[in-house]
Amino acid sequence: MNESNLSETTLKRSQSGFFARWGNRLGPFIGLLLVVGIFAALVPVGVMPESFLTARNFETILRQSTIVGIASLGMTAIIVTAGIDLSVGSIIALSTVVIAILLNLGASPIWAALGGVVAGALCGAITGGLITRLKVVPFIVTLGMLLIVRGVAKGLAHEQRIEAPMSWLNELLATLPADRKWMLLPPGVWVFLVLALVVAGCLRYTRWGRHVFAVGSNESAARLCGVAVERVKLTVYLLAGLMAGLSGVMQFSRLTVGDPSVATGLELDVIAAVVIGGGSLSGGEGSITGTVVGALIMSVIRAGCSQMGLPNWIQEILTGSIIVAAVALDRWRHKTAS
Amino acid sequence: MAETRDGIRTDREGPESDLRLRMRGVSKRFGATVALDRVDLDVAAGEVHALVGENGAGKSTLMKVLSGAIAPDAGTMALDGQTYRPRGPLVARREGVAMIYQELSLAPHLSVMENVLLGMESTRRGWLGTLGVLNRKQMRSRAVAALAELGHPEIRPDVPVCQLSIAAAQLVEIARAVAVGCRVLVLDEPTSSLGQSDIEKLFELIGRLKQQGHAIVYISHFLEEVRRISDRFTVLRDGRTVGSGTTDEVDNDRLIRMMVGREVENLYPHSARVTGETLLEIENLAGVTLPESASLALRRGEVVGIAGLVGAGRSELLRAIFGLEPIRSGEVRLGVYSGAASPETRWRQGMGLLSENRKEEGLALGLPIDENLTLSKLDSLGPGPLVLPGRRRRAAADWIDRLGIKCHDPRQAVSSLSGGNQQKVAFARLLYHDVDCLLLDEPTRGIDVGSKALLYEQIDRLAVGDPQTGREPKAILLVSSYLPELLGVCDRVAVMHRGRLGPLHAVDEVNEHQLMCEATGIKESV
Repeated sequence: MNESNLSETTLKRSQSGFFARWGNRLGPFIGLLLVVGIFAALVPVGVMPESFLTARNFETILRQSTIVGIASLGMTAIIVTAGIDLSVGSIIALSTVVIAILLNLGASPIWAALGGVVAGALCGAITGGLITRLKVVPFIVTLGMLLIVRGVAKGLAHEQRIEAPMSWLNELLATLPADRKWMLLPPGVWVFLVLALVVAGCLRYTRWGRHVFAVGSNESAARLCGVAVERVKLTVYLLAGLMAGLSGVMQFSRLTVGDPSVATGLELDVIAAVVIGGGSLSGGEGSITGTVVGALIMSVIRAGCSQMGLPNWIQEILTGSIIVAAVALDRWRHKTAS
Repeated sequence: MAETRDGIRTDREGPESDLRLRMRGVSKRFGATVALDRVDLDVAAGEVHALVGENGAGKSTLMKVLSGAIAPDAGTMALDGQTYRPRGPLVARREGVAMIYQELSLAPHLSVMENVLLGMESTRRGWLGTLGVLNRKQMRSRAVAALAELGHPEIRPDVPVCQLSIAAAQLVEIARAVAVGCRVLVLDEPTSSLGQSDIEKLFELIGRLKQQGHAIVYISHFLEEVRRISDRFTVLRDGRTVGSGTTDEVDNDRLIRMMVGREVENLYPHSARVTGETLLEIENLAGVTLPESASLALRRGEVVGIAGLVGAGRSELLRAIFGLEPIRSGEVRLGVYSGAASPETRWRQGMGLLSENRKEEGLALGLPIDENLTLSKLDSLGPGPLVLPGRRRRAAADWIDRLGIKCHDPRQAVSSLSGGNQQKVAFARLLYHDVDCLLLDEPTRGIDVGSKALLYEQIDRLAVGDPQTGREPKAILLVSSYLPELLGVCDRVAVMHRGRLGPLHAVDEVNEHQLMCEATGIKESV
């Protein structure tokens, strides 16, 4: 009889399932190692005085990943629900403008930063509200928000950069001075890494996280099972707005001014990070680990190319190819797994 | 050709050249599982050949081999006596093997004409033709001719397919197959989403195609249909041919025995049930369009059935009660709660719904079994907002064992299960949630006999309760289009006709004929 007692077989992890699972988890990591390996092999041949594989270089790469990385945490949740957010770059610009204005008004740096984050969260809440109330697809709503938020940022800043007084905000992503080497990484990078852990945990181990995946995998089934689909979507866009606002804080730290035209097109880098990390635009798939690795891969390419003295256009071609290759590889893996 | 293995009758008379399709010793393995083991299938021109078997018996694998979607490991196939070895679905189509699947494969935004002639459009003569400019006039007449040949000239060629009913869309797909000049037409569960009158029309059409000399392979779970429409049959079980012969010479019992491989002594268990307090009460409930008016009281410890034709508003009634569709007027009372509520609240109030649409609504196919099973009630899987994967896995493994869901891991995606096992997962969700009131919408549609028997047994057990473990009897509202099932499983049955729910009958006081008359709105001549 093939209807034997299933308890042992069902509880035992099957061999093929094990490999498929780890193949999925490790895929982006292998990609990252490959990219790092290639540049490590190529860079010393060039004119650079030091090798690619130095701690200082990795710190630079992490610092450069932070802005895209933080925003991509929220984007991962959105993409898992089968949504998209094109307004990320605009929100980052708005956030830097709000921070600069608040600093000029005499607010303390912490309140100014909080103001930037709240502005982002507010944008996210509006986006989520429009998507769930008007039942317009996320692509269109956020395409509108991309222009609206950018416009608001420019209006607030009277279409010019806003100088702001110096504060510790500007050191969030700066190389650590000698007396604070014990921190190992700049505070901004720590914020990014801790947030990544928190969001990953929330997505994997909480009711909200499982609801996010259910909504993305099959919205009707989620609704049937009593998942408050609209509320889940709203929280996801709210979270993404908040993260974009925080990215704005990091962007401000790099710029030291409020700039309404900064981060134009950055949303595409953010989406690319999620997609390279295994996120599927049709929903139900994606992971924070993958996304973080995706963001790192793009930074490695950027750093590697600039150290080899390659022009910007080569870097763009490379990044583009990696996006397509990553998704094609993902498709192929899905096909062989089923 | 007279090879005989246990249980196989090879009694085809006449020379082999009569055979339109001949499959011999077709085998296919997927890893360790043997999907097909030396399967034989013969279909003559002008014959309707029923292919029956439980889900997972290998019917769809066999049809995938036939349609060129997968290559067999061993075995031969021949079309009209000539070796047939398709390298892909396109080659198979060109050779004249056409498949009509349950889920239709039409382009919804294109017109009927464009769909019928998709991939073989007529082009203008001369250089315009080489550029691919269409000759719409000729296309139109070809499409009209194809539809007329099927006896359905009323389908207009310019209508977009998305505006057609499912039955009409199915005809368009058959017209496409016929227009390519198919020699073997495979119909996979063609009636599963059709109403009674559309089924009749489809059967007429199949009869006509048969007379035109097409060979038709008909896959169905409904033995009554198989009996009505087919000339010969082949039964598959666990990837083997366990029997074949002339349909008229076999009775249903024997067919089921061959399919299941064991005696099914009582498909519909019905233990003595004790009814308790009223759990669900609806009064003059009306939805936006359907239902128009429905009143009903459902007590603990009973199964109430709702019969009726497809489109009568039975699913809409369940969905309105469950809060998936808005209520226009009327009352719903569930225990101490009254008024409309969202699905979220309904689950909390102790009500669960099993959707009729397993793939689109019932399950998130891409997610693992354990997530689908526990989705409605994640709060018992960890403290606070947490969901602990270990607990989720154990909860799922428990129900996988109890319902005999065939899988190798609770983390396996639901899409990799067979239809019957998928339905068990969807049903297990209600059991795991331990709801008091179950709304079941076509729970056994399109699933194999074994899974059906298990569901009937579970429904009976829920209605009886278990005094030893202190589990109270549940209340169950069951919508089904299959009358023997309703009469076998339920205690009381009501019929829905054009949005109105009729009076409740005790099952021992009605018969199928009466219910059918009520469902079709025919006054019974007593």
